[in-house]
Amino acid sequence: MIALLMRDLRLATRAGGGFGLGLSFFLIVCTLVPFGVGPQGDTLARIAPGILWVGALLACLLSLDRIFALDWEDGSLDLLATAPLPMEGAVAVKAAAHWITTGLPLVLAAPVFGVLLHLPAAAQPWLVGSLLLGTPALSMLGAFGAALTVGLRRGGLLMSLLVLPLYIPTLIFGAEAVRRGAAGLDGTTPMVLMAGITLAVLAAMPFAAAAALRVNLR
Amino acid sequence: MSIWEYANPVKFMRTSAAILPWVAVAAALTLATGLVWGFLAPEDYKQGATVKIMFLHVPAAMMAINIWVMMLVTSLIWLIRRHHVSALAARAAAPVGAVMTLIALVTGAIWGQPMWGTWWEWDPRLTSFLILFLFYLGYMALWSAIDNPDSAADLTGVLCLVGSVFALLSRYAVNFWNQGLHQGATISVAPGDRISSVYSYPLYLCMLGFFLLFVALLLVRTRTEIRRRRTAALLAREVRG
Repeated sequence: MIALLMRDLRLATRAGGGFGLGLSFFLIVCTLVPFGVGPQGDTLARIAPGILWVGALLACLLSLDRIFALDWEDGSLDLLATAPLPMEGAVAVKAAAHWITTGLPLVLAAPVFGVLLHLPAAAQPWLVGSLLLGTPALSMLGAFGAALTVGLRRGGLLMSLLVLPLYIPTLIFGAEAVRRGAAGLDGTTPMVLMAGITLAVLAAMPFAAAAALRVNLR
Repeated sequence: MSIWEYANPVKFMRTSAAILPWVAVAAALTLATGLVWGFLAPEDYKQGATVKIMFLHVPAAMMAINIWVMMLVTSLIWLIRRHHVSALAARAAAPVGAVMTLIALVTGAIWGQPMWGTWWEWDPRLTSFLILFLFYLGYMALWSAIDNPDSAADLTGVLCLVGSVFALLSRYAVNFWNQGLHQGATISVAPGDRISSVYSYPLYLCMLGFFLLFVALLLVRTRTEIRRRRTAALLAREVRG
């Protein structure tokens, strides 16, 4: 499992691996929003929690097809399927690699983007915390969506239609936690609910994703 | 005699052919009676004539949820017992369910415009129906995207299971979100406990009519799917032989 994780990380950080692309996309979203709604600080501060979370969702979505598509094309996915490592484990490791290359940089860079969008300082810890707890669920659900559509030639658009509705609960609770933080309230309740969703997703989704992969490899 | 006998497509085709005309006629009769009765019902003192939208809105909304549950059950049967009729029934039900969801959303908007003064409000009920509609769309898109029928049935079955959990989760998460946004704006579309029998009787009839309509459509569509599967098999045999 460690070897697989290291392999995926090495592939992602190599040239052409797309490492940091999600982060750049996130930056572009945060740059475009003020052009769209105007540069007034109070407007931006009000919509910042939502923009940051939706931006994180989209940045995560962009790189999802890389989870399985390349391995599917060159056949290493078939090797993984015959390896002693159970498919569920392989899926979980691949989702973890996706999180480390997309989710974790977003979490670390989020305060900078928060400043760009005039997010109140009180909300910054909530932003980092909610992204830290929420993005693993995004990667895992994304791995499920990628597993469903891996055999399709143009699965990207279909995958976003399948995956984005699954992101709704995480988005609701995540953005709500940040919003409460920005209003000076306690965001623990949405945070705990979101952590619950994340844990359930991490526990159950590898099985669903592995089942979908097995069907596609049949 | 067990229900699993109908997993045999031949048996299913024979039985459904016998039932279908009766169900269709019954659906037409109940719907016609219920809708005309509802149309002739007196106007509400507050809502005026718009109260009659309820006779389309409530049954459609009810069926939209029930059809998803039916798809969940048939998907489970397919995944566990591998009965093809079950998977095809789930596939056949999805567009009907999507249309029911759309009817509920559109009639709700038409009712909401004069009553709430807005076509659309991000109310928990409305929002969760929109999410349900998205799930229907994704489910149908996945069915049509995959060539191999067995893989398609497997993958959409898994999606239906996961989607059910998340549709339910969204339903309650949305409640949370809206309370956090503006508390106390609970606008319930459901008929209350003290709805007058002037409205409730035609409403029950319309619900029954919508249910029978769904059964009839489901039978027709499942039969079409089975026939399509058969022609595909025949064509494949001809090409090979």
